[in-house]
Formats: sequence, C-alpha cells, structure tokens
Amino acid sequence: MTIRVNGETTECADGQTLLEFLEGRGLNVRSVVVEHNRSIVMTDDLGSVRLAAGDELEILHFVGGG
Amino acid sequence: MEHSNNNDPLVIGGVELQSRLFTGTGKYGSDTVIPDVCRASGSQVITVALRRVDMNAAAGNVMQHIPKHMQLLPNTSGARDAEEAVRIARLARAAGCGNWIKIEVISDNRYLLPDGYQTARATEILAKEGFVVLPYMNPDLYVARDLVNAGAAAVMPLGAPIGTNRGIRTREMIGILIEEFDVPIVVDAGIGKPSEACDAMEMGVDACLVNTAIATAGDPVIMAEAFGAAVRAGRQAFLAKAGPVLTGAASASSPLTGFLGE
Repeated sequence: MTIRVNGETTECADGQTLLEFLEGRGLNVRSVVVEHNRSIVMTDDLGSVRLAAGDELEILHFVGGG
Repeated sequence: MEHSNNNDPLVIGGVELQSRLFTGTGKYGSDTVIPDVCRASGSQVITVALRRVDMNAAAGNVMQHIPKHMQLLPNTSGARDAEEAVRIARLARAAGCGNWIKIEVISDNRYLLPDGYQTARATEILAKEGFVVLPYMNPDLYVARDLVNAGAAAVMPLGAPIGTNRGIRTREMIGILIEEFDVPIVVDAGIGKPSEACDAMEMGVDACLVNTAIATAGDPVIMAEAFGAAVRAGRQAFLAKAGPVLTGAASASSPLTGFLGE
C-alpha cells in the first residue's frame, strides 16, 4: 500500500505498525518523533498504531540549530 | 564551578543558571566539537532545531554530542506562522527534551526577521500549555509587551539579523526593553565578537545567545571560552555599576595637592 512519509510517496506492507515501519527503515525510535496523520505518536505507542493506505507520516529528529 | 558570580543566578522557568551565555549547535564543521564548546564556554543552555529525517541517508544525531547537564532549548525554526510554531513545539516536547521552547516565527527568508504578531500568538498558546517560552523577537516595545502579557518566560531581542556577526545594531531599542520589563532579556542573533556580548551584558541584558560567532570562528573552542569570559565580565561590570561619565574637562584620579615641591 501507499503512504506519504515526509512529503514523499512511499510503499509499505499492509497492516504494518508504525514501530515495524520505522525499524524496517533502520531508524532508532528513541531519536525520532513521529506525527501520524497530524497527531503526535508517543514512542511507547508506536507499536500499537497500524498504518493504512493514504496515511501521512512526518518523521523528525533534532539537528544543529541556533 | 569555574563560573564567577555564583550568588547571581539567572532564573528562567524555575531553573537556576550560573552561566549567562547560551550557545547553539548549528553550523559547526563537526558536531563532535560541541562538548568542548560547552565545557569551554561554561554555557548551560543550548539550542537545537527539529527537521525531517532524510529517509534515504543515514543521519548523525546532534543530541549524542550534547552534555547531559545542559538545559535544552529547542527552537521552532522553519515555522512560518503561529500554528506551525505550536506544532513544532509540541513535537519537540514529545521528543523528550523538556518544556523549554524558543519561538522563532519567520516567513521572510531574505532578512530572517521575526514576525511579532505570530510570535505572540504562539507564545500565548504554548505558555498556557505549560511551556517555558522564550520568544525570539525584534526589540520592539509593543511586541515585547504582547509577549510578556502572553506569558513569555524571557524575551530574546535580536542584536542584528541572524547569522550576520554584525554586533548589537539595536542597542537603543534593547535599552528600552531593559528599562521597561522585569522578565529576563536575552540578546539573540547578531553578536559576532565577545566584546559585543560584553557590551550587551554591561548594558544590563540578562544573557546572550551566541551560535554563529562561535561555530564559524577559526577555533570554536577558544572562541567559546572567550565568550564565556566576556559575558561574565560584562555581567560583573553591570553589577558593579560603572562610575559617572564626565564631559568637558578632566577629573584627576590622583590628588592635586601635596606635591614634593610644595
């Protein structure tokens, strides 16, 4: 199925949890913060959110800044 | 503690800070220098930004270079209006870096000057949500009043546009804020040299935030140390209250009587 991740169209497996998706992309879930359809998902809840076609994700992390 | 003025803490959001120099994490040639910058500067507050992860590239993690004792001050850079700033602030808090937030709302990419109205709107929303809000602002009396009324824990007027190293070009306006407000005044943006930070502190600002001037120096660690010393010197000079400035004729420092030949 198709979802949008950080503004880009991406394929992911049906019924995947957010945790599975992030770990499948090699991301450390402790160092990112995720918005799922504009709602913030706390790290401990990533395993209980299932992705559906058309979902939108923003996956962010801290970078240097002033 | 290597800091002087240990009986002169700066208190923001209930946190006591011995250092009045805030530092940033942007523009370093390598983030690995950040721990040394923190140590050399004595800074206890450090800024970070929040950005999209590049899904196609392995990314470094700036957080791993920030010493544990530092008070994190994530910014809302990239926000073009109040709603975006609020969204970024909530994400930053959810990411586990505490409840301090530097509001930065900018829609003009040429001058990078902050939008006072949108900044005040974001400040009001976030202060009500329990954030310790430090808004970046133009040093404007009315904007500052709006920010303080909206619940800002401090205000952060710019000395010159972001990243320019041009110094305190807004000196007179910052002086008005010092006169008019009890919340801490933190000069943010534009400071290029330690002498400029010292000058701002002598004037009576409560702290300085320096990123570019340290990060782009030939030796960031030595420059960080210089800024730490300059901010302490300026603060001490402010507390010491400088003597009067005389115009016209001179005033001898030594007695004018009792010469040998008298």
